[in-house]
Amino acid sequence: MSMRLLEGSEAIAEAMVGAGCRFFAGYPMTPFTEVLELMARLLPEAGGVCMNAESELEAIGMAWGAAATGTPAATGSTGQGLSLMQESLAEITLARLPLVVLNMARAQGDYFQATRGGGHGDYRHIVLAPADVAEAVGLVRYAFELTFRWRNPVLVFGDYYLAHTATSVDITEVEAGERDVSWALNGSSGGTGSAKLVSPLGAFKRKNQAGYNLADHYASCAAATTEMTAGVKPIVEAEHTDGAEVVVVAFGTPGRYVRAAVRSLRADGVPVGYVRPVTLYPFPGEAVARACADARAVAVYENNQGQMIDDVRLAVLGAAPVHFIGGLSLDSSGFGIAPDLDVQVMRARIEEVFAR
Amino acid sequence: MTEHEGRNVVPTDRPPEQPATLVRDFTPDLIDVGTHHLCPGCGEPVAMRAALEAVAELGVVQRTIGVFGIGCYTAFSNNLDVEVLQALHGRAPSLATGVKRAKPAAFVFTVQGDGDMVNEGLQEVIHTAARGENVTCIMLNNGVFGETGGHMTATTVIGQRTKNTLEGRNAEDHGHPILLANMLAGIDGSAYVARGAVNNAHNVALTKQMITAAFESQIAGRGFSFVEVLTMCPTGWFIDTTEAPEYLADNLAAVHQIGVLKDVARADA
Repeated sequence: MSMRLLEGSEAIAEAMVGAGCRFFAGYPMTPFTEVLELMARLLPEAGGVCMNAESELEAIGMAWGAAATGTPAATGSTGQGLSLMQESLAEITLARLPLVVLNMARAQGDYFQATRGGGHGDYRHIVLAPADVAEAVGLVRYAFELTFRWRNPVLVFGDYYLAHTATSVDITEVEAGERDVSWALNGSSGGTGSAKLVSPLGAFKRKNQAGYNLADHYASCAAATTEMTAGVKPIVEAEHTDGAEVVVVAFGTPGRYVRAAVRSLRADGVPVGYVRPVTLYPFPGEAVARACADARAVAVYENNQGQMIDDVRLAVLGAAPVHFIGGLSLDSSGFGIAPDLDVQVMRARIEEVFAR
Repeated sequence: MTEHEGRNVVPTDRPPEQPATLVRDFTPDLIDVGTHHLCPGCGEPVAMRAALEAVAELGVVQRTIGVFGIGCYTAFSNNLDVEVLQALHGRAPSLATGVKRAKPAAFVFTVQGDGDMVNEGLQEVIHTAARGENVTCIMLNNGVFGETGGHMTATTVIGQRTKNTLEGRNAEDHGHPILLANMLAGIDGSAYVARGAVNNAHNVALTKQMITAAFESQIAGRGFSFVEVLTMCPTGWFIDTTEAPEYLADNLAAVHQIGVLKDVARADA
């Protein structure tokens, strides 16, 4: 154990380097900036490279190049910066490359961007949403494991609170498992008659005809996505769901406020439960449905206009009405330090659903 | 050869005096498939060949990673016997940066067109040059978007007819062409900058010398190197294939002038 008092950004940066990340490229944007600052200091010490990219477009391009060499690589931004990266993120996925992407988000309006993908084409990203710093450290390590296991980008969906909350966390380095990078480029297969190709247009060199075959490639990508979606174990945190008449669903930092409100209501004898999806993709639909099995109503808190609620409705499949109790809740900072991130506010909204 | 109605033709009434020349005989070893789907008269395969011959001659085949942009030349990414990383339109210099920084021992070059590099990704190549990134970028400049069928790019010269400048590009409506090699030569961080062409045998030989010099510059670790190659696109220029080399000389090369614009190695000597 090596407990240290660290801000979320620091802990995430330390966890990335500890998980073997040796290439990082980024462009400053609050609340992602501190992660970039720390990677710029930590990576050279660890024998890695941190690029202060001239734009998000170039940051994702650099990370793409490094990832193609099999180097554990990461990039990130806030949702706004990730919007600029979406074109490349789509192609990186279709090129079947491992990459860890951080969204140090403002509020939670990027749920669709994260889980549906803001780019073109037919692809999916694994999405992990920590609620606190300790969980973020674990999920960042897990993200590197998953991205190499499935050769698919993994997004870690954080937020302003997570980035700027200091907590005592264990950042002991963990031994990374064996990573197969036989597909990666280093130049050495040139001139052998079977030089490697890493391409979103098709992964195979063609010796008997010119051009590429998109249909074959897209079919193999689709099969890989199906296998990944079935193979990644969905993670949830749930409390007090047995006999709960109302179950509240939330993700990320707001989940902690909902959890506290549910505990406080339970202490007062109100039969409510709480479930928090940690993997946003694959969405833990079965676990959410199980948690809501006894409920006469389901409530969803999100710091947005209602995005994850679609996935909750798909999970519950009409077994109970699903009410939205979140909403845009921005103060003038715009970073999602919202007035309704308050246990009493959450408690009142849950009671309102309970009283219906 | 034999005479038939006053013209030299290949005799077909007896076995050939010498074996037929096969595609394989004039294909560099590093091209797996001798055929391609590019149009007759296209200059891009000629430039491609020069680059691959230089890779082979410099003995860097087994540490080469080529990063390809999106354009007609993208067809080559699937049939070369060097490792290839396929990029998005405009983004190849950033990918090349990531490759080179992660694997400094690799020999890294990009292949992009004028639409890819000067339109879509101008900032990427400028930043890569300014960083003095030790990679080589090759731009195949034909002054049109060849793959979409001959539309104006940022390098289209004044007066040039394209599908969206049917009366010819004019500065008042369409602005001025960007002379990328000249721009990059003025940036600290670039070590070698040259512009060649593939419209005649002399220029092909010159272009191969330029690409070789740029590659040698990277091998010596001097920083960013760049070769712009003017290539024929008779399809996109709406002219006969036989007229394309002269059209290139009279129009493109009159503005995008051929020559070595910067060579830090020589300046030092």
